[in-house]
Amino acid sequence: MEAPDTTAMGAEEFWKGLWKENPVFVQVLGMCPALAVSNTARNALAMGLATLFVLTASNAVISLVRHVVPKQVRIATYILVIATFVTLVDMGIQAISLDLHKALGAFISLIVANCLILGRAEAFASRHGLGASLLDALGMGAGFTVALLSLGAVREILGAGTLFGLPVLPAAFEPWVVMLLPSGGFLTLAGWLLVFNAFEQRRARASAPEAREVPG
Amino acid sequence: MPSAPGTLEIRTSPHVLSGYSVDTIMFNVVLALLPTAAFAVWAFGLAALVTLTAAVASCLAAEWLACKSSGSPSTLGDGSVVITGLLYGLTLPPACPLWITAVGGFAAVGLGKALFGGLGQNPFNPALVGRAFLQAAFPVTMTTFTPAFGAERFTTLPGTSLAPPFGRAEPDAFSGATPLAAWKFDGELAQTSDLAFGLVGGSTGETCALLIAVGGLYLIARNMMSWRIPAAMLGAVALASAALHVWAPEAYAPPLFMLFSGGLMLGAVFMATDMVASPMTHTGCWIYGALIGAVVVVIRIWGAMPEGVMYAILLGNAASPLIDRLVQPGVFAPPAAESAR
Repeated sequence: MEAPDTTAMGAEEFWKGLWKENPVFVQVLGMCPALAVSNTARNALAMGLATLFVLTASNAVISLVRHVVPKQVRIATYILVIATFVTLVDMGIQAISLDLHKALGAFISLIVANCLILGRAEAFASRHGLGASLLDALGMGAGFTVALLSLGAVREILGAGTLFGLPVLPAAFEPWVVMLLPSGGFLTLAGWLLVFNAFEQRRARASAPEAREVPG
Repeated sequence: MPSAPGTLEIRTSPHVLSGYSVDTIMFNVVLALLPTAAFAVWAFGLAALVTLTAAVASCLAAEWLACKSSGSPSTLGDGSVVITGLLYGLTLPPACPLWITAVGGFAAVGLGKALFGGLGQNPFNPALVGRAFLQAAFPVTMTTFTPAFGAERFTTLPGTSLAPPFGRAEPDAFSGATPLAAWKFDGELAQTSDLAFGLVGGSTGETCALLIAVGGLYLIARNMMSWRIPAAMLGAVALASAALHVWAPEAYAPPLFMLFSGGLMLGAVFMATDMVASPMTHTGCWIYGALIGAVVVVIRIWGAMPEGVMYAILLGNAASPLIDRLVQPGVFAPPAAESAR
């Protein structure tokens, strides 16, 4: 029924989320948290890890129950599973750090509505076994975390001269306030997308001559 | 599209040329801006000179980089970037740190022009995009103005100008408020003659309203600029502020003060008239100008900031494709042809 999980394929399931199908930079999913809470590296990392946890747990559960859930109610079931884990994360963050909970605000509850998670549930976990679904979720979650962290790091360094709250630039540095504002999120995201697409284009151009030689 | 030498050049209509090329128009706009720029250097001294030079240089550098990285032929020579740089420099405070000026120049040409496809493709006025970026990034620096006609303006640079790259610029002790800020926050009204002749503090090139108007009249006389946009914009500001002033003279500034203060004149004459970012039809120009004028009055009177010309023009730019759709002229055909079908 399922494709056998060889190690090479398993590695591929994991790595595709980090680069080739990166949820933020390639699929451009989950923009709401990616833009809203990436103003500091700490918020970005917390949001990334929270999403990683919810994604992994819900992918695992959905993969396990995929044969018993009727097709007609599958979306409702996915949402119920995801909401359960989001509630866990919400309470967990509240217990660990109230400051962080306040900084992330409504965006913790909004993980339920993150289209990345529902997307992986529908597109991957409902059609694959537990192992593959776990690897897929870990890869996608790690890709999301790395992407948010790279947004948050740039915004925090330029906007406040600090990284994770520690000063990394000389005290005389004039902060770019715009980077902490919502427009800074869009600018930084656009910059990273530019870098990603430039890389992809260069790689496509480099491999194009070989592709032309194949049929000839 | 230039054809190879010695071949017959075949083009679609129209075949009649106005004689104005991009280069000619841009050269004349620079000419019209020169009095304003010269006055800025006279009023603010070395600070204005280095600010304008850095603004133009950074815009040229950004354009060169953009052309090189996109592989398109260089457009440095057509003068449009010089205008962007000059206009952008004229909107900055004279004592703006040079590195901030350079960052904004790159934002102006990079974000405002190159990313949208270069000359003729920009939805917003590039100079204002650069300034808006700086306004959001460095709000304190962008609202710290040195007073005009300082005693040592030709011998010393203000300390902020030479702030080390990416370093903090400590504002000098003698920074002063612009007439609009003085009116908004302290209720002090400047003399209209001072405003018209530019004897007040403010951005590098916004202070002398008369010289800006002269430059605009020159361009209008040579048919290189739409007179409808500044007319609609200034008219809307004058009408709205006159109505408010008559209604409550103590609370609202007189129309002449509104017309000659801040960046309104510079914006109306040189910024809102950006050929690419403004509507195409005459009716559209009237609507566009009036819209900008109304937004200027609203921001100045009820907004949190003392001045709003920049945001008003950017909003107008954003609305101009919609205005164009609203006032699209009908199909050029006799009604009989329409009914025959």
